[in-house]
Amino acid sequence: MTNHWVDLKNSDCLLIMGSNAAENHPISMKWVMKAKENGATVISVDPRFTRTSAVADFYTALRSGTDIAFLGGMIRYILETNKYFKEYVENYTNASYIVGEKYDFKDGLFAGYDPKAGKYDMGSWAFKKDDKGVPVKDPTCKDPRCVLQLLKKHYSRYTPEKVSEITGTPVADLLKVYELYSATGVKDKAGSVLYALGWTHHTYGSQIIRTSAIIQLLLGNIGIAGGGINALRGQPNVQGSTDGALLFHLIPGYLKVPRTSQQTLEAYLKAYTPTTAEAQSVNWWSNTPKYTVSLLKSFYGEKAVKENDFGYAWLPKADDGQTYSWLDMCDVMYQGKIKGMFVWSQNPAGSHPNTNKTLKALSNLEWLVHANIFNNETASFWHSPGLDPKKIKTEVFLLPAACSVERDGSLTNSGRLVQWRYKAVDPPGDALADGEMVNRLIKKLKDLYQKEGGKCPEPILNLKWDYVDDRGRFDPQKMAKEANGFFQKDVTIKDPTGKDISFKKGDLVPTFGFLQADGSTSCGNWLFCASYTNAGNMMARRGKEDPTGLGLFPNWAWCWPVNRRVLYNRASCDPSGQPWNPKRPLLKWEAGKWVGDVPDGPWPPMSDKEKGKLPYIMKPDGRAFLFGPGMVDGPFPEHYEPYENPLGKNPMSKQVINPAIKIFTSDMDKVASADPKYPIVCSTNTITEHWCSGSMTRWQPWLLEAQPELFVEMSPQLAKEIKVNNGDRVKVSSIRGEVECVAMVTPRLRPFKVAGKVLHQVALPFAFGWLMPKSDKNYSTNQLTPAVGDANTMCPEYKGFMVNVKKV
Amino acid sequence: MSKGFSILVDTSKCTACRGCQMACKQWNQLPATQTKNWGSYQNPKDLSSETWKLVRFADGTGADGKVYWNFFSDQCRHCLSPGCMSVAEKEEIVQDEKTGAVLFTPKTKDLDFKATLEGCPFHIPRQDAKSKVMFKCTMCFDRISHNQIPACVKTCPTGSLVFGERGKILELAKKRVEELKKTYPKAAALNADDVRVIFIVKDDPKKYYQFAAGK
Repeated sequence: MTNHWVDLKNSDCLLIMGSNAAENHPISMKWVMKAKENGATVISVDPRFTRTSAVADFYTALRSGTDIAFLGGMIRYILETNKYFKEYVENYTNASYIVGEKYDFKDGLFAGYDPKAGKYDMGSWAFKKDDKGVPVKDPTCKDPRCVLQLLKKHYSRYTPEKVSEITGTPVADLLKVYELYSATGVKDKAGSVLYALGWTHHTYGSQIIRTSAIIQLLLGNIGIAGGGINALRGQPNVQGSTDGALLFHLIPGYLKVPRTSQQTLEAYLKAYTPTTAEAQSVNWWSNTPKYTVSLLKSFYGEKAVKENDFGYAWLPKADDGQTYSWLDMCDVMYQGKIKGMFVWSQNPAGSHPNTNKTLKALSNLEWLVHANIFNNETASFWHSPGLDPKKIKTEVFLLPAACSVERDGSLTNSGRLVQWRYKAVDPPGDALADGEMVNRLIKKLKDLYQKEGGKCPEPILNLKWDYVDDRGRFDPQKMAKEANGFFQKDVTIKDPTGKDISFKKGDLVPTFGFLQADGSTSCGNWLFCASYTNAGNMMARRGKEDPTGLGLFPNWAWCWPVNRRVLYNRASCDPSGQPWNPKRPLLKWEAGKWVGDVPDGPWPPMSDKEKGKLPYIMKPDGRAFLFGPGMVDGPFPEHYEPYENPLGKNPMSKQVINPAIKIFTSDMDKVASADPKYPIVCSTNTITEHWCSGSMTRWQPWLLEAQPELFVEMSPQLAKEIKVNNGDRVKVSSIRGEVECVAMVTPRLRPFKVAGKVLHQVALPFAFGWLMPKSDKNYSTNQLTPAVGDANTMCPEYKGFMVNVKKV
Repeated sequence: MSKGFSILVDTSKCTACRGCQMACKQWNQLPATQTKNWGSYQNPKDLSSETWKLVRFADGTGADGKVYWNFFSDQCRHCLSPGCMSVAEKEEIVQDEKTGAVLFTPKTKDLDFKATLEGCPFHIPRQDAKSKVMFKCTMCFDRISHNQIPACVKTCPTGSLVFGERGKILELAKKRVEELKKTYPKAAALNADDVRVIFIVKDDPKKYYQFAAGK
């Protein structure tokens, strides 16, 4: 979230799309209801009429996978009807930038596409720069090569009629949503976008979110109270684990993973430290060397010295251009190239796509270590219906884990709020906290490398690992302090005002502004710097004051970065630092300083030509990207069909699917687009009553009582066609697998009129499996889904694939 | 007896998260029953001696052609003049003076179940097949008599459930209905003068549940 949960109450219009907030984030509705009480309009856009739609002021449906078309139409509407916030767009976005000559877009493809490699040369989308390297601009935004004009041109094709032909949403409904939402493109109105896995689970998921970002920028809705792009994260601490580098392309604090072509620290820093010639740009990522060296000091302690590149050589290097997602790992495992695997905090045999391929892949392992609070479909995969346990050689170790209330630690919510949590009870039996499992593992590995040596022992032997209490057990407080960072020697440095300030070796670093690239500081995650200072554990604070009345609660726990509750909050003010909306002032430039939320940097607003800075500090040139040349699949989001699609063609262009996705080609990666055997669009979802794949909640009798078994939701029209009654047992099949379940026939689903034909859509939750309640049938919805991912993130396409449904 | 407490169930704010249904089971330590999906999110299918609070789901298409999905977190209304008590002779069913809670005692085993159920306009009482004792919501009598709010109200994330002094709840209900009427002319607080558990609906109560407004 750029904003935070409580802030939803400040919104005038909430667009809940790609999210079923009421069912998957029930507590969010506390703040949505408060917004409604204040007169806000709630819009729900979803293929299914959900529990969110039930309390929305306006609902409409779209076919799964057509969000870019839906939102692209909104961009067109905003531009054509001049509803964009001109002052915001001109000052804070790259609307006026001139795009270089190489850029072009023709019939679904951007310039620079290499059909053999299936990749774009992103250099083809660069901005035009003057001889000093400053982007060339046309402040009038009239140059046909400026971003605003290119944006207009690109989305001119997304007429309501064309969008309706793709999405199946009636034109009147489209216009209603566009009108309601674009009414927030004025100074005193705020529109908030709430999204979740309904947007990420596509082969172009990142681009759907980009489309919403363009809308939010055009309407001036980023950086303000009640605005923002708000990712309702899928698990309580998934934000924390992402911050801590859960993803394959990152190391902690969103630093990039080193690649094989970057053999020295210098090469790495050169590749990832952006520069700018824009005088008023902060270019925050210019601090990359400070954060990287401090991280290396945190990893390797005193072994990390300038002479050995602070141990940079010991970091594993990923191959250039290679992705290492679950989809990649599963594919390699399927080929028999992986010997053993640790699986933590997930249930691949339930929640990952193409279950049959996953099961085969797991069968190729020699050993599998899995930690969980219950047995689940992954730990017992060798007993799966249809598999012969005798033929599977994999040795499985199921480690009993402590559950959330049985261990201390921090928990980061979607709003980047990091709250310290205390252990309520000891874990039962031999169950251990994850941190303690890692602690024991590291100790053992260090012992073995010490005694027996081995290939490349340095990364393990040189790893600094002293996060233990006096009895040698994992100590989360110590780990939290390490994430914040320490001074490694006595130093005197200048504070932001230019005054000398001294620190002793062992002092906790007060904020990331003090981190250094010379090895004098350590920091496990620069974003968490200031979370645990000499004043104590900021995450454990429980102050209930709300001085602004906007629900910032600055003394409740702590939020990254530096307790800033709304990102890019300087954009909530005009260029002279006065709030766009004086009724909801998040910040104000007053008597030479910012008052309100923790500002996005201390500098004066941009109207101060000498010292003032632009608000989008994470962008090299200080302005937000309407034109985004950093995406691998194009600088403007473009509608493509899902990888497995109903039409076999794209009503928008000749390019049917996202041209930059990775396609797996094993014999189990079958696909059936426009195949009469699989004529029905399908998407998967979660339900309130179960937790993700249900591996933790299906053991809870009250929850199982409330949602006992797998079901498929379908429209009465489809049910009539296939002669199915509500409550009948049906078989849902795709080219990859099948599941049996109960038919739920409901007007909450509707057929779509798409490209002149009627398309049906069904939906299944993925919360069920064969292990609990025990069955000889496989109830994993992911039997059906294809193993294909988003071009930028490799997030699987669970929403939008093809099935058939038949009565059993 | 118009003092005591009341619960407001503002269905216009209910998202059917079913936290109330779970909290009721948890606080009262009621066992889960064996269920199967019967083509609805609603489960268990009905109230029972082991389920005292149940979120009912009703979907359909309105006269305007728009789809609706109504949620009704059903429970005992704790009537001011309880119909169920009309068959009671001694202390099978009691009404607590201070709180207004209507309570089934173990002595309900001696009552005629059919007559008791008939007496209830909202179709609430349920009987344990073995012991013949009857059960229903207690308004969390054990909690409210110790300055704790009912478990269902405590867990409600959206503010759909509110507990308080009856006078204040009536006032709140009146205000809310006035507000809702601007958009939903059929909005009403059901049987507000006769019951302690007051449901606010936006539409015809029959579109929520057969017995929403009583028989």
